Amino acid sequence: MGIQVENLTKIYGMQKAIDDISFEVKTGEILGFLGPNGAGKTTTMKIITCFMAPSSGDVKVSNISIYEDQDAIKSKIGYLPESNPLYLDMPVLEYLEFAALIQKVPKEKVNSRIAEMIAVTGLNAEKHKKIGELSKGYRQRVGLAQALIHDPEILILDEPTTGLDPNQIVEIRNLIREIGKEKTVILSTHILSEVEEIADRILILHKGKIVADGTAETLRKHASGSEILRVQILDANSNDIYNALQNLDTVHSVDIVPNEENVFLIESKEETSSRRNIYDLCVNNKWFLSELSPIETKLEDIFRELTMN
Amino acid sequence: MGTYLIISKREVSSFFDSLTAYVLITAFLGISGFFTWIYGSDVFFVGQASLQSFFSVAYWSLFFFIPALTMRSIAEEKRSGTLEMILSKPVSDFQLVMGKFIAVFELILIALLFTLPYYITVMFLGNVDHGAVICGYFGMLLMSSVLISIGIFASSLTNNQIVAFLLALFIGVFFLIIFDVLAANLTGTLATFLSYLSLSTHYDSISRGVVDTRDLIYFLSFTFFFLFLATFVLSKRNLVD
Repeated sequence: MGIQVENLTKIYGMQKAIDDISFEVKTGEILGFLGPNGAGKTTTMKIITCFMAPSSGDVKVSNISIYEDQDAIKSKIGYLPESNPLYLDMPVLEYLEFAALIQKVPKEKVNSRIAEMIAVTGLNAEKHKKIGELSKGYRQRVGLAQALIHDPEILILDEPTTGLDPNQIVEIRNLIREIGKEKTVILSTHILSEVEEIADRILILHKGKIVADGTAETLRKHASGSEILRVQILDANSNDIYNALQNLDTVHSVDIVPNEENVFLIESKEETSSRRNIYDLCVNNKWFLSELSPIETKLEDIFRELTMN
Repeated sequence: MGTYLIISKREVSSFFDSLTAYVLITAFLGISGFFTWIYGSDVFFVGQASLQSFFSVAYWSLFFFIPALTMRSIAEEKRSGTLEMILSKPVSDFQLVMGKFIAVFELILIALLFTLPYYITVMFLGNVDHGAVICGYFGMLLMSSVLISIGIFASSLTNNQIVAFLLALFIGVFFLIIFDVLAANLTGTLATFLSYLSLSTHYDSISRGVVDTRDLIYFLSFTFFFLFLATFVLSKRNLVD
């Protein structure tokens, strides 16, 4: 039950919210949608869920086009919209029943589905309360429960953890990971550690275009082709060390870190490592190598690099 | 068919949960009862065993009550974002609009059922023209359905309930008075046309006991006209370019 997005464009007035994007989500994959505010994440989701029509392009959900049979697509998808809109004046149970009936869950299965969802999302103590009386974390669970009520093959979550406290975030993430074992999930967020933790694959959107697509590791590799080391060498003059380091044949560039004693950032030439050379250098000169550590490019850096002009 | 009913059922229960329904029914019965039995040209003043005085009061009270019921229907869903939640489920724009219509219509039906004791009381007072009473109720339901669809259309245009309420009154007043007044002051085809548009012309002829297919067509076509307009306004989110 994959999703194919083909040359999708949506124009609001003069502005292109999304600009000719194409990607594919495979069955069982958890795809993280990343991007600054206004990058087009929500718009893309609204189009996939058939709430909105694109200006051009096509979306196919398990080979059904959004121009063919919207109801068929809608009933394959469970959707949790951005700010989790719910009918606040309804009790949880009634609301879930409504969601189940609208999704055409067979009458005899409605009650068992509701019971299952209440158990999965841990809403048992709150099930008779009105949704308006629940805290944000519990409302989010109700949102998830209504999205999952008809056991959809695809789950689309727009910023599911925004506005929750740290404990709730962990709980909701665990829940999503649990659900994601059996379903195709698209989730958008701007919390980077979140995608890294949950998603199999990351898609970074910027100004309506896809600027990166891959797993966290491939994105890292892509962003920093060469090794970067942080080195501290003591017992010598920093100028001497600087010159000696620059003369190493695997070293591409050396930076002095200000305000720290003899700390350097060393970028190696592509496909090489300077660790052994640095060690040998220190041994030969009887310098004290007090620190030698690789610097991993953080997802934050990749994100900022890709989405800053 | 199922989807309409699921939506209207939720809608009706939300009317009763929020007390809107009780307030409406009480106020409607209070006002129409007061003017039918106690004050002004009431049944005793007219001295006839007919419900004519009730129908003329109900005509105006429904004009105010229906926009109060319809104002939140779509405006509130837009404001709170639930519109996106509901329309990303297998519900079409028209099904949503129609579900809302059925819910308000049911409520009006319940309110009118509570006025049946008036009918029974009048029966004890003298010889009632049963045909006229049945036609009167029938006309009232037809008129309500036009007003409900106007109200839902007004509600689809905005996400502010007050604006929706005033807009519905504004459109409604054209159909209830202004077309009629203009038609009276004009001559020729324009006058005929305006008089045809006027809801009161058709309502009067039905409540006199004459059920003409032309009147039926008028009420049904305007009901669906405004329901389709509301659907069109909703679907405009797809067209914005």
